[in-house]
Amino acid sequence: MAADWRRAHLVERLPQTATARSLAFTVPGWPGHLAGQHVDVRLTGDDGYQAARSYSLAAPAEGERIELGVQAVADGEVSPYLADGLPVGADVEVRGPLGFWFVWRPEQTGPVLLVGGGSGVVPLTAMIRAHREAKSPSDFQLVYSVRTPEDFWYGDLLSEGADHLDVDVLYTRRAAPGSSRAPGRISADDLRGHVSRLAGAGTVFVCGPTAFVEAVSDHLVDLGRDSGSIRTERFG
Amino acid sequence: MGTFSPGFHGRARGLADKLPPGQYPTESFPVLSAGPTPRVPTETWTFTVTTENGDSRGWTWDEMMALPQEDTVHDIHCVTRWSKFDTPWRGVPVDAFLEDVETAADYAVAVSHGGYTTNLPLEDLLDGKAWVVHTYDGFPLSPEHGGPARLLVPHLYFWKSAKWVRELRLTLEDEPGFWESVGYHNYGDPWREQRTWDD
Ligand SMILES: Cc1cc2nc3c(=O)[nH]c(=O)nc-3n(C[C@H](O)[C@H](O)[C@H](O)COP(=O)(O)OP(=O)(O)OC[C@H]3O[C@@H](n4cnc5c(N)ncnc54)[C@H](O)[C@@H]3O)c2cc1C
Repeated sequence: MAADWRRAHLVERLPQTATARSLAFTVPGWPGHLAGQHVDVRLTGDDGYQAARSYSLAAPAEGERIELGVQAVADGEVSPYLADGLPVGADVEVRGPLGFWFVWRPEQTGPVLLVGGGSGVVPLTAMIRAHREAKSPSDFQLVYSVRTPEDFWYGDLLSEGADHLDVDVLYTRRAAPGSSRAPGRISADDLRGHVSRLAGAGTVFVCGPTAFVEAVSDHLVDLGRDSGSIRTERFG
Repeated sequence: MGTFSPGFHGRARGLADKLPPGQYPTESFPVLSAGPTPRVPTETWTFTVTTENGDSRGWTWDEMMALPQEDTVHDIHCVTRWSKFDTPWRGVPVDAFLEDVETAADYAVAVSHGGYTTNLPLEDLLDGKAWVVHTYDGFPLSPEHGGPARLLVPHLYFWKSAKWVRELRLTLEDEPGFWESVGYHNYGDPWREQRTWDD
């Protein structure tokens, strides 16, 4: 018998970029979750046809309220509907929380390096919010790779320079004005300083499209990071 | 009906008999891994079968490649909900590695380079139900998909098809592997939708 699906009621939709949205749902009976976990979202057509995909939780739970971040993928079956089709006030079904490895717990005191590409920033943002809520003393660094300044998610949260959070934004196509780094894919050099700040301790969380996660985790291993301390989540 | 996701239409129907519940078909080949992709050169690659008594038998890459090879085509189903139809593999049936092995074990743990483990009942690896594969669609299996060689157990969710496999440890007791210890289902039958501990 498959575990239960819960009714999730869309209460708010906010744009993050031209094609990405934050969605807030209320889920009666939501049991709570850890930062980094995801849910499966299930849609049902009029004829009973169903489609499900995974989406990371973007924030710690606030009671029955959960937040997702969805990038509309061109020709996608589910993401364009979630991003723009589902009316506020309507329901979908969710199952979760899921994912038991790619999680950060406030009890963890070691330093943390988060490396996100595009929508891969979603579960990392949940960790950043959980870290801030817990007033955790652990040193947090975020390396965030986006195409252009317009593709930046969670602008108010990730550029504000919170205590214990260093944000390093890497542009792959077009950099922000005044940025000293030429646009380009993330390299080992981009990560070197962040890795040495960990001084061999702590955990690295890497999330994004498969090619991004592969490239970053290879760089981390080349820079001497122990494989066992690198946790990855691949979105595609 | 109609109480969820108003206005959602979705894609073409009609794969119902090929698609396990809750899955969607994909043409691409997504990747699920817990950490970095290990690089395992074939020069130093070995594959070992260890029994419950600690007896072991090993194969180098060349020895494995000298065993009778099979071409085999399967639908594969990942717990992250994608299914991919008619995937073509080449490799050695697990039966070939167990032929001369004396064991009373009912279970096996597949151990990978990089430390990943996954557990299966031994019978799920026998009688042509599982392979050690090294070629996908005519090309050497790429590292992110488990190359140089991975287990292929297509009738279970794909995390049971351990990537970068290096050992089969035969055990008398069932020993949960990596994902099975952190919340995934112990057996993982996609047709019974055995995704997590709750299923
Ligand atoms: C654990 C996990 C967590 C995830 N968390 C998030 C999240 O927080 N936010 C989010 O937006 N997505 C997330 N994803 C990806 C999400 O589950 C879907 O794969 C994605 O929304 C595309 O679904 P779709 O139905 O729109 O496209 P599909 O109909 O499945 O695919 C349409 C086309 O898009 C391509 N495609 C599929 N996925 C992607 C992708 N991620 N990027 C680019 N092209 C793609 C396919 O190859 C295909 O050609 C997560 C995936 C996993 C496994």
